[in-house]
Amino acid sequence: MIPPSYRARPASAAVPWGAWGLRAAAILYLGALVLVPLAVIVQDGLRQGLAGLWRAISLPIAWHALRLTFWTAAVMACINAVMGTLTSYVLVRYQFPGKRLLEAMVDLPLAIPTLVTGVMLVVLYGPQSPLGGWLESSFGWRVIFAPPGIVLALLFVTFPFVVRTVQPVLEDLDREQEDAAATLGAGAWTIFRRVTLPALSLSILSGALLSFSRAIGEFGAIVIVAGNIPLYSQTAAVYVLGEVESENRLGASAVSIVMLATSLGLVWLVDALHRRLVRR
Amino acid sequence: MSEAVSAVPAMAEQAPPGRGLRQGSWRRRLLIGVVSLYVAALILAPLGGLFLGTFAEGPAAVLRALTDAQLLGAFGRTLGIAAITVAVHLVFGTAAAWVIVRQRFVGRRLLNSLIDLPFAVSAVVVGYMLLLIFGRNGLLAPLLRSLDLRVAFAMPGLVLATIFVTLPFVARELIPVMEALDAEQEHAAATLGAGGWQTFWLVTLPSLRWGLLYGLTLTFARALGEFGAVLVVGGGIQGRTETATVFVFHALEERQPVAAYAVALVLGLLSLILVTGVNLMRRRKGLA
Repeated sequence: MIPPSYRARPASAAVPWGAWGLRAAAILYLGALVLVPLAVIVQDGLRQGLAGLWRAISLPIAWHALRLTFWTAAVMACINAVMGTLTSYVLVRYQFPGKRLLEAMVDLPLAIPTLVTGVMLVVLYGPQSPLGGWLESSFGWRVIFAPPGIVLALLFVTFPFVVRTVQPVLEDLDREQEDAAATLGAGAWTIFRRVTLPALSLSILSGALLSFSRAIGEFGAIVIVAGNIPLYSQTAAVYVLGEVESENRLGASAVSIVMLATSLGLVWLVDALHRRLVRR
Repeated sequence: MSEAVSAVPAMAEQAPPGRGLRQGSWRRRLLIGVVSLYVAALILAPLGGLFLGTFAEGPAAVLRALTDAQLLGAFGRTLGIAAITVAVHLVFGTAAAWVIVRQRFVGRRLLNSLIDLPFAVSAVVVGYMLLLIFGRNGLLAPLLRSLDLRVAFAMPGLVLATIFVTLPFVARELIPVMEALDAEQEHAAATLGAGGWQTFWLVTLPSLRWGLLYGLTLTFARALGEFGAVLVVGGGIQGRTETATVFVFHALEERQPVAAYAVALVLGLLSLILVTGVNLMRRRKGLA
């Protein structure tokens, strides 16, 4: 029989107490840091039961803030789905001067603090800027301190989401089917609509849902551009900040729970979609 | 009908099927034009606008704004928080990734799914959760009072909030690299008599270098720019819990545009240079 010390063993098994210590550290780091705060907020929001939660959400200002958050995120997700797909198509299928610059631009929003994004948009489109002043005086379009500013900020912040989920799928796409369609006489638009798009649909949906999930909680960019007027341009995250400052705990917790449930639910949905995609 | 009939022979003569449709057509130019215009308007124009807005009153005003004592204090706080955050994730993020990839135990998958969770939580909600635990009427308030420890509206709260929002970066970068890594090398080192720590230090860590560096850079950049969580848990008290981003927010509210724009520009450029710099370095090493 081989003595135990001669047997090849994984490093983790060699020092059991070290492995256990690491495991404990990982559980503490992830479990305590992530799960405890979430549990606390859910418990706090349900202090007065589901009825209390519902009462806090259905207050006109809270309800409006949630509705505004959802519809601006939905508009952004739709625009993102179209423009993100288009951008990834151009990046994957075409060679052109400036392509590397465009490629770099896609990731840029991830590297810029969202507060800075908000400041940039105010500088460009704000009422005091030439462009913002011109848009308002000649078209009556108010961008900053109004809902369009929120959509714009969300578009900036989430631009990479659809591009980066669609791009790899498009790169791996077998082009034989497209070529076959072309030989059969299909036009470029028909090929895209009938052959390419169906193959991408699941990844476009994933990207759009992820950007929606991200948009629900966005704060830094929005608080600067939205103007935060209750019942007009105050989003859910800004509402929570206000309720925290005025020490209305139930209101803050209730709206937080709705935001959390939406974002987490969507992330898990996208995860499930992905697993289906991989299995296929 | 006529389009379909004429398209096929034309293509058959020119090139492999389909090629003629994709290259050199007006459609290609239109699509490239639309996308370039969209990216330019959405991303480049605001960036350029911030540059112009910052220097609207000349470089002297910018310099004055950037050397303001209150700002320097806020910047120092931000850098300190970012440094502590990076150190914590360096140790615990690496440990968590290693445990998730190499060990098998009940709850491993739960742990794995917890890593991404902080990205789905609004920054404001992060700050608020910490207040519920560490605030004046929070869960741990009696304990903190007896220890005479302040977390909310003090530096520890700012650090905790920043650690929470940057949690996924290091572990997410490391897990795929570790999974791709051959466990055989580690086993070989172990058979040759190396201890667990020695194996990690000499065998595992060198292959993780770039992933780790990238994860830490993302962490640092995100920590520099964190705003919502830090504002809520810290209260943005001038001289105590005001970070660089909170300074920008206050400067905008107090109608000091040059100060706000200048600091925003510095923060944006700093993050941008860090992230793209490490990205380029990593790509050059062929480890993208």
